[in-house]
Amino acid sequence: MAVKVRIPTPLMKLTSNQSEVTAEGATISDIFDNLESQFAGIKERICEENGSPRRFINIYVNEEDIRFLDGEKTAVKEGDEISIIPAIAGGFR
Amino acid sequence: MGYVKGLRCKECKREFPKEPIHVCEFCFGPLEVDYDYENIKKAVSRKSIESRSPSMWRYREFLPIDEDPKVGLHTGFTPLVRAKNLGKALGLNNLYVKNDSVNHPTFSFKDRVVSVAVSKAIEFGFDTLSCASTGNLANSVAAHAAEAGLKSCIFIPDGLEAGKILGTLIYGTQLIAVKGSYDDVNRLCSEVAADHKWAFVNINIRPYYGDGSKSYGYEIAEQLGWKAPDNVVVPVAGSSLITKIWKAFHEFEAMDLIGPFKTKIFAAQATGCSPVTTAIKNGTDVITPVKPNTIAKSIAIGNPADGYYGVKTANESGGYGEDVSDEEIVQAMQLMAETEGIFTETAGGVTLAVTKKLIAQKRIKPDELTVICVTGNGLKTQEALDGAFEPPVVIEPHLHSFEEIFANNLTVE
Repeated sequence: MAVKVRIPTPLMKLTSNQSEVTAEGATISDIFDNLESQFAGIKERICEENGSPRRFINIYVNEEDIRFLDGEKTAVKEGDEISIIPAIAGGFR
Repeated sequence: MGYVKGLRCKECKREFPKEPIHVCEFCFGPLEVDYDYENIKKAVSRKSIESRSPSMWRYREFLPIDEDPKVGLHTGFTPLVRAKNLGKALGLNNLYVKNDSVNHPTFSFKDRVVSVAVSKAIEFGFDTLSCASTGNLANSVAAHAAEAGLKSCIFIPDGLEAGKILGTLIYGTQLIAVKGSYDDVNRLCSEVAADHKWAFVNINIRPYYGDGSKSYGYEIAEQLGWKAPDNVVVPVAGSSLITKIWKAFHEFEAMDLIGPFKTKIFAAQATGCSPVTTAIKNGTDVITPVKPNTIAKSIAIGNPADGYYGVKTANESGGYGEDVSDEEIVQAMQLMAETEGIFTETAGGVTLAVTKKLIAQKRIKPDELTVICVTGNGLKTQEALDGAFEPPVVIEPHLHSFEEIFANNLTVE
């Protein structure tokens, strides 16, 4: 299942300056793991040790905050768009 | 000539230069202004502050600009009203209302943050101002852009009160209503901010902007005769103001401008949008976002940027959080108007109604010095009172016409 992931500016150093990347997986957790396999070091920037997103990061699937869905267990499907956005004041890209 | 050393991450403490940035690029924590307190302490005294004109700029050493303020020179130093009548109605003997409904120039506490943000944006060389707003901020940014002679483009959620919309358009700004809640607008703006080199006062200028709110706390302390109160009840939206009032008292204490204090800070929200007070009541610091549904639109932020710090402030200070229904909000707006002659917007109704609850819970006691925060003006949120009053009696311009209705059970109280 391939999804598009939008990367916030501070993490673009890890994605060779790409603001949008493709990742595979059935849930948000899978996507985090898949991102880590492509861009080593990115997962610890996004997640706490227990795998949930850091306090100051919000994750959106197709514009909806995953905290209104199933958190990191939220299922994703082909073509979904995932945004990683710093929490402060909506964050920046 | 300023006292700002730079910016620092509130979480991991990494340091950053004075730039229009607001997020730590390592841990995504919020950046805050790092002041040179050693030199501030040498520069300020009660006397030096008291000798200055009655505006927020009397605390200029504590505000994050390097040059003279560029706009909003008359902002702040609003009345701290000794509220005897309201106190009597509530059973409080030592009650004050800090009344920013008469702040200059747009009648809300947002003039404080915007005066700082726009002055800072001019220092940075921006030519366009922007913001995501529930209305009060929109009014203030539009007004200060006009004063500064800068361009502005302002984003609000669709469906705001008419007074907030007109009170933005009058200043000649580009106003855009976005289908969705404030949280949707805010998120959109964060993406617009990435592509347009504009000064978004509550996004890329946020560290500076937020510190304008500290002046609300400084004024409370100075107006009480250089001391902090026992309790402050604060309306909470994004949780910035509540944390900055707390910070203001701490800074004044550290600068020896006030003595040690034990102020309890209470968070007030509408039940229809209460992510912060819910977290406080549940004893957690994890904010669960909500979809807002309340007449208190100015504080209807379901995903509060500083919510975590709002919870922390209430807890660390020994305060608490409560929320109230729309009906309680309207009743409280009427109570404040009828007892003190202060017409607050819905957010002030929230604060007062929550205060009533806290008194009933004995968290606020009769002889304690309590300050209720009124942060906006009721004339801007008239829709909240739709149907609350009968229209006025209409008579002919003749004495007998008046005497007729006067004899017919007209009540004059």
